[in-house]
Amino acid sequence: MAIDLDKGVYLDHAATTPVDRRVVEAMLPFWTERYGNPSSIYRLGRDAAKALNGARERIAGILQADPSEIIFTSCGTESDNLAIRGVAFAQRARGKGTHIITSSVEHHAVGHTVEQLVKKFGFEATFLPVDHYGMVDPDEVARAIRPDTVLITIMYANNEVGTIQPIAEIGRLARERGIPFHTDAVQAGGALPLDVNALNVDLLSLSAHKFYGPKGVGLLYVRKGTPLWPMQTGGSQERNRRAGTENVAFAVGMATALELAYAELEQTNRRVQALRDRLIAGVLERIPDVELTGHPTQRLPNSASFVVKYVEGEAMLLNLDMKGIFASSGSACTSMSLSPSHVLTAMGFPPEIAHGSLRMTLGKGNTEEEIDYVLDVLPEIVSRLRAMSPLYQPAA
Amino acid sequence: MYSDLVIEHFTNPRNVGVIENADGVGRVGNPVCGDMMEIFIKVEDGRIADVKFRTFGCGAAIATSSMATEMVKGKPIEDVLRLTRKDVADALGGLPAHKMHCSNLAVDALRAALHDYFSKHPELLPAGVRLEDLAPPPEDSSAEEA
Repeated sequence: MAIDLDKGVYLDHAATTPVDRRVVEAMLPFWTERYGNPSSIYRLGRDAAKALNGARERIAGILQADPSEIIFTSCGTESDNLAIRGVAFAQRARGKGTHIITSSVEHHAVGHTVEQLVKKFGFEATFLPVDHYGMVDPDEVARAIRPDTVLITIMYANNEVGTIQPIAEIGRLARERGIPFHTDAVQAGGALPLDVNALNVDLLSLSAHKFYGPKGVGLLYVRKGTPLWPMQTGGSQERNRRAGTENVAFAVGMATALELAYAELEQTNRRVQALRDRLIAGVLERIPDVELTGHPTQRLPNSASFVVKYVEGEAMLLNLDMKGIFASSGSACTSMSLSPSHVLTAMGFPPEIAHGSLRMTLGKGNTEEEIDYVLDVLPEIVSRLRAMSPLYQPAA
Repeated sequence: MYSDLVIEHFTNPRNVGVIENADGVGRVGNPVCGDMMEIFIKVEDGRIADVKFRTFGCGAAIATSSMATEMVKGKPIEDVLRLTRKDVADALGGLPAHKMHCSNLAVDALRAALHDYFSKHPELLPAGVRLEDLAPPPEDSSAEEA
């Protein structure tokens, strides 16, 4: 099968995924036919409420949760904000304390929310270090716990390097001490098991567009009895925890996408991981001075991330783009900031190395031909950029 | 994002390489902040007879390096001394605001190369130009948050 370069080779599934056609089909009736407001008492409203709660039940089934524990939100970031600020404020109001434990490799949706609580609201936080693979040590979590710790929030899998954290173990420590435990599972959703009881989590964030659902919808799982203040106030939607008219179409889309992802999980993961392993092996074999970032085995099945020494990430991305390949980098130059990825920095990579980061995240649409095409094109790009880099001294 | 001209210079950079026995070499930037540039010049009769560069950096860093070398090649040194970062950015059809500071190093590198050249030939320094004004900025100057 030939590669369609007009369409491009999409290797940025950690950024977002295309919506599965079956998900689009499932959502369609809710804009023009079944458009009622779930709060309305007449038949049209009741129909919408039924669809909304049906979606909630289907999702609860996958999370092994009670449907009342699922709050629909507008995105993963909102879920993280609600979990962290909602629990922190509720806990403080109960006189439990003001200390939060998190890691130094969280997504900004978590990291910046905790930082704001510290800078503007008088909380204290411990940002746990990680090892060279980006892994948090549960013993460090245990050591960081204080009598006034009110929340622990550690991501399930890292978005930049794919490393999977020992969530169940950290959750057990939190449970023993009665501290609410939140995990940002946005990048893990659709790829890793989401049983909230096996994971020992009290709160869990998901975002639909990471698993072939639409952008603009996320959810927060909140275990019964977890103190949580609403962050968006108004009507009594979502059991008074998140006001605002519910987006029924997107809730149905998210439920459908999640069901499809978990019905096809093993088969998708096996296929994607085989392609991913081919990509990693090929890159390491064909390009000198490249290092895989993140854990070699405890990593998301679709994630291939590297640092390519002596070249800068954005320059690689632009060259790949010209060849029809869409990838990503944690380089400073791809963002508005001047500092490289906080994740790679926390993992101990010096800035000049972190600037050469390259992330390729695969999805169910990728083919072996596409991976081989990338493996043909990437070495040339790297040697061309290295040839003009003053940092590169080719081996004599 | 980037203008077509930036992309064009990034894709086909002019004057990439090293000049052996260059009359002046300028090195600026810092890999820590993501950009580093080297410029080599050959000077004949008060003109830039040849110029080459090597750059570690993003698309903007490579494109500004390429454009700047093209703008000064064959030109009298007096013209090169008047060249500004803005001139290079304008010639490329503009740069994104956050790239103006961190990735637009070529003018600094050219001045550093001239500093190197005039350090060896102080008698050729044009009237009104002080050697210390051509000195490269401290290494970490572009690491500060803009």
